Amino acid sequence: MSPLQQFIEYSIVGIAAGGIYALIALGIIVIFKSSRTFNFAMGEMMMLSAYFFYAAAVTLALGPVLGMVVALIGSIAVALLIERVAIRPMLGRPFIAVVMVTFGIGSIIRGIVGMVWGPNDLQIPAILSRSPIMLGHVFVPGKTARAFAIAVVIVVALIAYLRYSRAGVALRAAAADAVTAYSMGIDVRRVIAFTWVIAAVTGCISGVLMANVNTLTPHLGMVALNVLAVVILGGMASIGGVLVSGFVIGWLEAITGLYLPTEFREITPYVLALIVLLVRPNGLFGSKEVERI
Amino acid sequence: MMAVTAEASHARTGARVDAGRWIRIGLLIAALLALPLVAPRYWIYFAGLLGINIIATHGLNIMMGYTGLLSLGHAAFVGVGAYTVAILQTYFGMPFWITVPLAGVSAAVIGVAFGLPSLRIRGLYLVIATLAAQFILQFVFVQWQSVTNGDVGLPVRPATVFGYALNNETRIYYLIVAAVIVMTVFARNVIRSRVGRAFMAIRERDLTAQVLGVEIVSYKLMAFALGSFYAGIAGALLAYFNQFVNPEQFGLLLSVFFLSAVIVGGMGSILGAILGAAFMTLLPELLREGSLLFGSVFSLDLGTVLTPLRETIFGLLIVSFLLLEPRGLAQLWKRARQKFSR
Amino acid sequence: MTGTDSPDKGGRHDIRRLPASAARILMLQVDDIQLAFGGVKALSGVSVHAEKGKITSVIGPNGAGKTSLFNVISGFYTPQAGRVTLDGEDISVMKPHARAYRGMSRTFQNIALFHGMSVLDNIKLGAHTNLKSGILSAGFGLPLTRREERELDRDIQRDIVGLLELDHVQHHYVEDLAYGLQKRVELARALVMKPKILLLDEPVAGMNSEEKREMSRFVLGVRKDWNTTVLLIEHDMSMVMSISDHVVVLSFGKPIASGNPDQVRANPDVIKAYLGTADEPVQNAA
Repeated sequence: MSPLQQFIEYSIVGIAAGGIYALIALGIIVIFKSSRTFNFAMGEMMMLSAYFFYAAAVTLALGPVLGMVVALIGSIAVALLIERVAIRPMLGRPFIAVVMVTFGIGSIIRGIVGMVWGPNDLQIPAILSRSPIMLGHVFVPGKTARAFAIAVVIVVALIAYLRYSRAGVALRAAAADAVTAYSMGIDVRRVIAFTWVIAAVTGCISGVLMANVNTLTPHLGMVALNVLAVVILGGMASIGGVLVSGFVIGWLEAITGLYLPTEFREITPYVLALIVLLVRPNGLFGSKEVERI
Repeated sequence: MMAVTAEASHARTGARVDAGRWIRIGLLIAALLALPLVAPRYWIYFAGLLGINIIATHGLNIMMGYTGLLSLGHAAFVGVGAYTVAILQTYFGMPFWITVPLAGVSAAVIGVAFGLPSLRIRGLYLVIATLAAQFILQFVFVQWQSVTNGDVGLPVRPATVFGYALNNETRIYYLIVAAVIVMTVFARNVIRSRVGRAFMAIRERDLTAQVLGVEIVSYKLMAFALGSFYAGIAGALLAYFNQFVNPEQFGLLLSVFFLSAVIVGGMGSILGAILGAAFMTLLPELLREGSLLFGSVFSLDLGTVLTPLRETIFGLLIVSFLLLEPRGLAQLWKRARQKFSR
Repeated sequence: MTGTDSPDKGGRHDIRRLPASAARILMLQVDDIQLAFGGVKALSGVSVHAEKGKITSVIGPNGAGKTSLFNVISGFYTPQAGRVTLDGEDISVMKPHARAYRGMSRTFQNIALFHGMSVLDNIKLGAHTNLKSGILSAGFGLPLTRREERELDRDIQRDIVGLLELDHVQHHYVEDLAYGLQKRVELARALVMKPKILLLDEPVAGMNSEEKREMSRFVLGVRKDWNTTVLLIEHDMSMVMSISDHVVVLSFGKPIASGNPDQVRANPDVIKAYLGTADEPVQNAA
């Protein structure tokens, strides 16, 4: 195979893998939009969902469909609990403090999962077919391709929902100007809780897909930290931009795997983050915040 | 008239309080020096570990508690210090009184290298940069096989003072106590000076600080360098304390550990850093004892449960202190003292 | 090409050729400031001169550009044109902290004290530019730092705490103080560097009449005891008229009048801008 062909093939596979990351990114951005909260626990929420799926589908032998339903309900319940107990009381506190709270929540979930299910890899029932898909001459692994398709469908559906539903309008109003939205009768606190539900849904689906493509371990969620890093640098301004960052990570990981030993994959997003900070230290974030003086 | 009397009496009691304080400090130091004579070795081991953790926590407290610079990569900078010692000793045969300061310096330099781009801007960039430092540095510890010996790590020979090897808990304990005293006093002095006030001003309102003549970027850099320097010193002592270094010691969990120590103790308080470090050092021990007890009851596999149990408890501490007592143990301590002195 | 004689340069020469007497008596010159935010003009051709040892006030209705003007003087906003001169030195392009080193200090409309610090520490921060201790000198407690801190403490106790009547609260956290007291702490913080020019941003905003009288007394006391040059912006006409030596009136980013309080009070343009009608005396506007 020529180097160019190889590059193209890896790129396609990488972008396909990025579908899940885009889904994670969507979960991060909706919460950020509603309450300026950076959810450092996103990865752990996603990992916990996959364990819920495992518990329902395998341990309780309910099968994949009921398993997914249980996982969704469990994830939403946990997200609402987090929002109510730990996030809502932090409203108005410095964002660094809120970041630390979500970081702490991530640690709690990681610990609990580790205690309940142990550190070893678990196999979840295969809900994705292994048979590869040919894109022209490019050979895309079956699970990756199907996970990509599902992720894209969910992303598109969610974006459409956010665009056209009443809840979506309320979210956009609250994101634009919380005080005005509140005065127009929008319950901003409910909007925030609602975004945690969306994050739970995207986290649950991406978690189960991820556990299917790879295996299920308590470290499954670490990838969300990579997504968060790149999403923050990519600017939290637009949902589109944030989705692109998801694909960028998938692509980067694949390309790194092509040219460098696989161990390098875990640090590529951070190397990218540092390079971006060096090259464009300003303005990636969109507007600068201004202290009122 | 009233004001003048109040001032004068304040000054007089102030002098008396000062004398009392010196006596108390003297007693504390005497007790610290005498501790190995009365306490079992096991305690001395923990005292040493606690001392190292106090130094590292001071460092993170200077950055995060006083200057408002959140770092998620403190453990990696501790690691830089530890590896500096191991490398300088293994390859250049340097003695500890050279390696320890150099460990502080190298951690400060590497810390600044990671922090520099993002310290120029406000917001979350520094969090990302420090997270990057955590993962990238740990990656280097593992992958730079030819120098760090990879996952296996490097052995460290004990430090020697006047030909006297600090090769057991008690001997190195004295070195650590001396370091803790120096580093604590230094931190306290900095905080009570022009520099420390500038740090806090940046934490509270950086634009206003600028109007008062504080050059934000240089002071942030100073705080970040100083905090990383403390991490490096702690790492150096840890290397001599454990007599080995390996990458596993400096993972994200240790960064969360220091984060918890600062938050639990009370951000922006020297006493808080000490209390927080003490709490966090003793906690895993209590957990271990507790799980030994419960482990036999529920027949749990200790090796696998202990780490996630720590993660859970660290996280719970971070969240509950931030929610319920953001000023931490230092504040509880203050309140308790006020109650008793009444 | 006679490129060296660009109009810009020529203009600067002109200003430098101001009568020597003017440079001697003016502490702060703000000349012909143009400031726009994305096409919206905030200041057009505003000039304000603050005479040494005098109290100069800038007044104007809400949105007249008073705060923008202060932010230009402090160095937060870069104007599209115009210059700021402090004691004969052009500081137009300096960063805020560099202006502090040149002797400029200010207070803020929305109190900008540092929480989690005592009143005394807040005040000490005002002396940042007068102190020299670096991190090593401070950390090792070297004589330089000890002496500096001791002298600073002494100066604050002697000159500031008494003058502004803050003795009883100096060890309290600033956030525990009443509003009026916080404003006073801010004034103290701005004074401790012994500034060449003191900028006061609505010093009596949100105060009751008792507190307003007190603040006026403090500002006059500062001028009298230290001969400090003061530039203040204020909403409250009665305060401005009672303490100012010179008043400049802004309206929609343009200067419309200047003079001593009596001249300004009598100026029909001012009355119109401020009240929208010429019937009532300006004095009661606040």
